[in-house]
Amino acid sequence: MTHQMTPAPAIGCRSAPVLKQRGQREVFCGLTGIIWLHRKIQDAFFLVVGSRTCAHLLQSAAGVMIFAEPRFGTAILEETDLAGLKDAQAELDRTVKELLARRPDIRQLFLVGSCPSEVIKLDLNRAAERLTVQYAPKVRVLEYSGSGIETTFTQGEDACLAAMVPVLPTTDARELIVVGALPDVVEDQMLGLLADLGINPVRVLPARTIDSEMGVGENTLFALTQPFLGETHAALTRRGARHIAAPFPFGDEGTTAWLAAIAAEFGVDADTFQRVTDAPRRRARQAIAQAAAPLNGKSVFFFPDSQLEIPLARFLTRECGMTALEVGSPYIHDALHGPDLDLLPAGPQISEGQDVDLQLDRCREVRPDLTVCGLGLANPLEAEGLSTKWAIELVFTPVHFYEQAGDLASLFARPLRRKDILGVAKTPASEMCEVAQ
Amino acid sequence: MKLTVWTYEGPPHVGAMRVATGMTGLHYVLHAPQGDTYADLLFTMIERRDHRPPVTYTTFQARDLGADTAGLFKSACQDAVDRFKPEAIIVGASCTAELIQDDPAGLAETMGLGIPVIPLELPSYQRKENFGADETFYQIVKALAKPVARTERISCNILGPTALGFRHRDDIQEITNLLYELGVEVNVTAPMTSTPSDIARIGAAHFNVLLYPETGEAAARHLEKTFDQPFTKVVPIGTGATHDFIAEIRMLTGSTAPLDTDRLRQTWWSRSVDSTYLTAKRVFIFGDGTHVKAAARIARDEMGFEVAGIGCYNREMAREVRAVAKDHGLTALITDDYLEVERAIEELQPEMILGTQMERHIGKRLGIPCAVISAPVHVQDFPARYSPQMGFEGANVIFDTWIHPLVMGLEEHLLHMFRDDFEFNDAAGPSHHGGHAPAGKATQETPDPAQQTDVVVWLRDAEKELKKIPFFVRGKARRNTENFATQKGLAEISVDTLYDAKAHYAR
Repeated sequence: MTHQMTPAPAIGCRSAPVLKQRGQREVFCGLTGIIWLHRKIQDAFFLVVGSRTCAHLLQSAAGVMIFAEPRFGTAILEETDLAGLKDAQAELDRTVKELLARRPDIRQLFLVGSCPSEVIKLDLNRAAERLTVQYAPKVRVLEYSGSGIETTFTQGEDACLAAMVPVLPTTDARELIVVGALPDVVEDQMLGLLADLGINPVRVLPARTIDSEMGVGENTLFALTQPFLGETHAALTRRGARHIAAPFPFGDEGTTAWLAAIAAEFGVDADTFQRVTDAPRRRARQAIAQAAAPLNGKSVFFFPDSQLEIPLARFLTRECGMTALEVGSPYIHDALHGPDLDLLPAGPQISEGQDVDLQLDRCREVRPDLTVCGLGLANPLEAEGLSTKWAIELVFTPVHFYEQAGDLASLFARPLRRKDILGVAKTPASEMCEVAQ
Repeated sequence: MKLTVWTYEGPPHVGAMRVATGMTGLHYVLHAPQGDTYADLLFTMIERRDHRPPVTYTTFQARDLGADTAGLFKSACQDAVDRFKPEAIIVGASCTAELIQDDPAGLAETMGLGIPVIPLELPSYQRKENFGADETFYQIVKALAKPVARTERISCNILGPTALGFRHRDDIQEITNLLYELGVEVNVTAPMTSTPSDIARIGAAHFNVLLYPETGEAAARHLEKTFDQPFTKVVPIGTGATHDFIAEIRMLTGSTAPLDTDRLRQTWWSRSVDSTYLTAKRVFIFGDGTHVKAAARIARDEMGFEVAGIGCYNREMAREVRAVAKDHGLTALITDDYLEVERAIEELQPEMILGTQMERHIGKRLGIPCAVISAPVHVQDFPARYSPQMGFEGANVIFDTWIHPLVMGLEEHLLHMFRDDFEFNDAAGPSHHGGHAPAGKATQETPDPAQQTDVVVWLRDAEKELKKIPFFVRGKARRNTENFATQKGLAEISVDTLYDAKAHYAR
């Protein structure tokens, strides 16, 4: 099934030494995932049990989305809750009652743990069980942690999906579950490709509503579309399901390899596979070729953010002609990232976790053509003359599968193109570095 | 526990960050979990700062909790001092670290760092961002300000401006220039633009100009008590307030220097006949206390509006805003729950809102124009151009900003006359905001029948007649008519009732 594929490099990065430093981590916490999950799961509400900081994070990260009656909110802990003057569980019941009265359309409620709720050991599991009984059958209440002491950015989605696995009904059917929240349009494209390959039915976790017919059991196979779903991987494995390991579906190569791994499990013949994938592959290659021109021959440096770094580095090096200097990921999980690491040519420093000041030193030392980093670092690095791509955009934009491969390349190309258009290189450094105030 | 979807203010440690980020040579070591680093992007993205905020987060994780978070704090503190070489550090805890009680202040003090260590106690579960900024600045001043000789020439400090402040960047410049014209030198502007060594010589000034009571009043009071520096009470937002401010400065300094007010256009712009249409427009004002107080005065005395409702989100200013409300014959709305503000606006149906970014969105939903007068800030509140709120140029800027969202005078009349024109009709909104055309407006404005029936019933013809009234006054007409009908004990509203009410409320 690997015809027309670029051969894997002689030496990949799977066994490369990993740099692990322990210092300040410049990353979001898992609560941030609520921003896309609350749109993806249309009958769900996410209630963070936390502090004013949690609410402020969500509104800052979500920007204008907050104004459109979001399906998330924060139950802000107050002095009286902490001092034990009020029973926190009773307070939570009252808050949930108030919330469900205001939003009668809600069918799934997620109680989301935060740093403070975990430090004071507020038992949300108990609360979820109690509230499920109270509001059954209309509303199902689950809980997970999005706290910054437990989760980094995209791990919030992982924790949320993992929390849904134990309540899935058991089934003996040999069915495929595709795991990971994708934009609806991309999800539909993916389902179309799988249907054309003759794989049916396909279940998607998270489903758009609670009424899906998803089950899990010994015969279930699952594939991941996002590289940050380690806990969900473990939860599904515990239910007997088996993971189809593959590179992640970014670009032509990743998408083809991902589909091929599934096709092999379901006995799809080579002709069918070629017939279904030929046209979209051609389109993807054409789009990448156009969009990636400014990237060719350039170097890239990844700060850890979303765990998308390794598959994206694979895409940029193998399909866009870039050289990776450092690929930082908040966590590296061999079962998930191994296939992409195999394809990533040896050379870049692979790093896990972060000491942001030391990593900034390394970045300034090698002066990459493109730096992929969080919003807190992007403007300061631009002011130092480096080109940056905000990592968060990669999580908020449709970038998976064939039809988005060109868009993915152009997301990275845009900062370089823009600099070219503006002639920033010609601006005297003194003028550029003038302090904003 | 309080259910919250959106908040006007962040937690108090964000206030401390606003102080630290405005300064140079000061570093903030914050005991906090990794997610709290989100706050950096407020500064690098909203304010477009080209440097990282001078903040080191310890970013402890769950596995550290059972182990040695105190050790983590100490190493983060030492690393920050070694790397950034600040003149002084402030140390504190965010909401989560407050719970684990590591005592960052005590830890840092025992480390022998060789620079001043200023501990912050910011109760995260009781107080908010403005308090955090005010308290942090006060602690810095208290720790660093030393007794020094007064400057030879008369000078003042400007107190209150911070990073991420609403137009602080330009206000400082405007007021510095104004003071210069009055013959008063600025000794130190702080916290924004200052260093710890500037704070040390803050006592050299003869008095203080307090521009932002929200973030500078505690420091101003401390300096009054300790260094015998009086501070100004007038915040120079609006023409009248700017004149009062000048009078206050003259009184404090004896300055008789002449002032050139040629560039103050607001007064004539307001008297110019094209502004007649502004007369008695009903406005709702909401924001931080200082900007709300100033806006109320401008609205009534300088624009000729009628203040229909007023309130603020910071309880610290409740007393003063209540007093202003009383002066306007109103009761102030003091709340940090935007849903309450939305209800008040819906109820009052003002013709314009002067509020924060949240009220701007409320206005969009309700089809009411809004101008933004106050923090919390949005990327739009950091314009590239010079755009102060204070002083004479500030008065000009405010005039422009406030009338921009409105339908202009002649256009208003034309809409009355030719309201059925297929292109030029009221559903299209102000013509200079093309593209805003709110397609859903008609449905939004359809009153909720449930609300209607328990008051009075609109007869079909009257309802039709009401729809002929342009959108920007329709809400008011509906409300006035219903009030009129209720007063007269009418159960139904006919076309005659509508026009009787119009005559009754004519002005």
